[in-house]
Amino acid sequence: MKLPQAWRQPLAIVGGVIALAWIVIALAAPLLAPHDPLAQDLPRLTSPGPGHWFGTDQLGRDILSRVMYGARLSIPLTLLLVVLSVLIGGLLGACAGYFGKWIDETIMRFADLVFAFPTVILAMVVAAALGASLTNAVLAVLVVAWPAYARVTRGLVLGVREREFVVSGRLLGFSAWRSLRVDVLPNITGPILVLATLDIGTALLLLSGLSFLGLGAKPPSPEWGAMVASGVEVFDSWWVATFPGLAILTVVLAFNFLGDTLRDALDPRTARAIKERAL
Amino acid sequence: MSLLAISDLKVSIGGKEILRGVDLDLRSGRVHGLAGESGSGKTMTGLAVLGLLPHGARVSGRVTLGERDLLTLPPKELNAVRGGEIAMIFQDPATSLHPMLSVGRQITEHMRHHLGLGRKQARARAVELLGQVRIPAPEAAIDRYPHQFSGGMRQRVAIAIALACSPKVLIADEPTTALDVTVQAGVLRLLRGLCDDLDLAVLLVTHDLGVMSAVADEVSVMREGLVVETGPRGQVLRDPSHPYTRALLESLPGETS
Amino acid sequence: MSPTSVPSKDLKAGTAPRKPGRTGRAGHRSPLVRFLVRRVLTALLLAVGITLVTFVLTNLVPGDPVSANLGQQALGDPAIVAQWRAEHGLDKPLPEQYLLHLKGVVQGDLGMSQQSHRPVLDDLAEFVPATLELAGVAILISLVSGVAFGVIAALRRDRLSDHLLRVLSLIGISVPTFWLALMAFYVFFYRLQITPGSGRIDPSMSPPPHVTGLYTIDSALSGQWDVFSSAVGHLLTPALVLALYTIGLLTRFTRSAVLEVLGQDYVRAARAKGLPPRVILLRYVLRSALVPIITVAGLAFGSLLSGTVLVEAIFAWPGVGQYAYKSATTLDLPAVMGVGLVVGGVYLVINLIVDVLYGVIDPRVRLQ
Repeated sequence: MKLPQAWRQPLAIVGGVIALAWIVIALAAPLLAPHDPLAQDLPRLTSPGPGHWFGTDQLGRDILSRVMYGARLSIPLTLLLVVLSVLIGGLLGACAGYFGKWIDETIMRFADLVFAFPTVILAMVVAAALGASLTNAVLAVLVVAWPAYARVTRGLVLGVREREFVVSGRLLGFSAWRSLRVDVLPNITGPILVLATLDIGTALLLLSGLSFLGLGAKPPSPEWGAMVASGVEVFDSWWVATFPGLAILTVVLAFNFLGDTLRDALDPRTARAIKERAL
Repeated sequence: MSLLAISDLKVSIGGKEILRGVDLDLRSGRVHGLAGESGSGKTMTGLAVLGLLPHGARVSGRVTLGERDLLTLPPKELNAVRGGEIAMIFQDPATSLHPMLSVGRQITEHMRHHLGLGRKQARARAVELLGQVRIPAPEAAIDRYPHQFSGGMRQRVAIAIALACSPKVLIADEPTTALDVTVQAGVLRLLRGLCDDLDLAVLLVTHDLGVMSAVADEVSVMREGLVVETGPRGQVLRDPSHPYTRALLESLPGETS
Repeated sequence: MSPTSVPSKDLKAGTAPRKPGRTGRAGHRSPLVRFLVRRVLTALLLAVGITLVTFVLTNLVPGDPVSANLGQQALGDPAIVAQWRAEHGLDKPLPEQYLLHLKGVVQGDLGMSQQSHRPVLDDLAEFVPATLELAGVAILISLVSGVAFGVIAALRRDRLSDHLLRVLSLIGISVPTFWLALMAFYVFFYRLQITPGSGRIDPSMSPPPHVTGLYTIDSALSGQWDVFSSAVGHLLTPALVLALYTIGLLTRFTRSAVLEVLGQDYVRAARAKGLPPRVILLRYVLRSALVPIITVAGLAFGSLLSGTVLVEAIFAWPGVGQYAYKSATTLDLPAVMGVGLVVGGVYLVINLIVDVLYGVIDPRVRLQ
């Protein structure tokens, strides 16, 4: 992977800057936010202007501060979510691809079943069954997110497994685990990384979607999806829903810009394999 | 009298010079072999004649067909030359035929476009062409798809497609390289026969000097974007004047020059 | 009780990454028939798997339908709780519950919804057409514009329009659907008042006579053109909102598929034949690119169904998305399982359509 060249693309730069800005906001929210995100001590539903750049909501909270604090919830949770899906899906997919036979069948048929359901509907049922909370929403998204990685990893492992250096390693009597770790893993990290970058956006959309439906973060938590939902009740005060939605859009866009550029830097065949599965 | 003349043809892609001034003459009823190792620019020469160079290539020089310079021809007129007056056969018939279109479709579509034939006329001519390239049972073959033919048969289909509009010039880019050795001779014999019967000017691009000695009348040898030697087959292959040609001949397995 | 007990050999054929040209062992029937039979069998097995997953999901999780449905007071009374559980078959062991459920499904009985107190089948019959109409229009819009944009981007590779379409399609796949729905509702209905409000038709009208359940088709069939135009007007905004994501997806995907085909030998061979560019694009390039595009379009339909849950909530669209949401949040198990069956069924039908289309487009799938 030619990383330095990939990062020189304008799209990647824009994406990187936006993503970095959001990470800074998430880290420094307590310093940056003009108000307490939970304090209900401001005039209600004031439109955006000096003092309250994003306006206030129906409970008299400063929306700018809430959007900033929201980054502290959504961004780390989304990253954690993607890391967990990569680990779980990647491990299962690698096992399926490497060992084959019934292990492969079992894991992949299970993944197929998950694929048969639209993500939001499945995640919604899981989240509802577990009970509404942000943690459970994360678990629900995890349930629908891992199979994509399992499929891609399996495909990549199958491709690498029969290559000479892996075969010769096996002939030398190295254990399966060693061969997975030493020979196979380094060859599939690039594509998986690209998929994960692209998936950050998808995961955030899904997570905030669940919160929007009331199956994730609970009030008064400043979660972006939940904030948009509260904006539905007072939709003539457009700013209540607009800004948290823009926050989601910009974060997702930033990672999609990054991921799309990274994908172009990969060789076309791997890139296509990813694209087909990253839906 | 040359039918197609290439003079001082230069091609560069991304600032890199691929052809550095190529001169070639093609005559009716003659097979002109273009030899050289891969990367010498022989395939690019063939593609440049029909303006099929890859995205971003720059061309200069002249490619004259009769009165016209093909390099400066407007796209519409160039399209009339392509397939109509100059046809091309590619290396691998497995990839140069569209896998999802029937053989008949691929033979007739440019006939109908260039010659304005009706569906029935074009089909009748297609059956005739398939017979001419010795495809067994051409009436049935016409409705089949490329994957239903063997490699050698596919290349014959590609030749039939190239001949459909009775072109004057045929550019064959490594037409036997992708085929089994056992069917190569048949395809070459067919090409030679067609050249004689139809009075075609053939440019046979190949890296295989064995192929070359079997069918070519004239031979040109290319190296690093230049033609280093050109002349009648016997002279070039038996008594090469350029050291590079000699080296090429010596690397030929089995044969002693 | 795990879904993996589904015989897997046959499933594999249906769900492995599809490659044209992969045909099975020799047999006496025509390849196309065998191909279709295998696909249908695969679909049936997956259907059993889907009932299992929905059942397991709704039963083996900590959520308790009793507390979700009975009031605080009733919960305090063990007799009422026990009676409620018995009424809904929740007192039997799980495997028995599943078999009862499966038996019902086969007989067309999906049980009673605990929320609406109606048969789940009736509920679904009411809500499914609304969603199919919405998602159907959305996928049509996405296919037409996504493929067109993708082709334009590929043909104008690395030029301004290509870069522009790239940014736009990335924005398309980055917009939160629920937020976009709300914004569209606010701007076009509330502010500009150029689109009709929520629902499927104008509230003053009565729905057209039921034939398909799709208001546009039903109203056209009965010649009620005022209802028809109202239905189309109501469909347009939510369908466009829903389509934006899939348009972006298909644009990106079509672009790369077309670029890949453009580099193929047979496209160069077609140019060497002197065919006009338009013919080459339509007959040579698009035909090949269509195979991967159809695959993605099939998957995109699934993401559209996801989107309906969110879009229907904003536009008060009485569809299966809203029904799924209500039954999931109240743990209305028969209803949830009904929804699971429907979306799983839609997935199977879409897959089947995609497979048949492969056969139509690609002779290598159809013939040996």
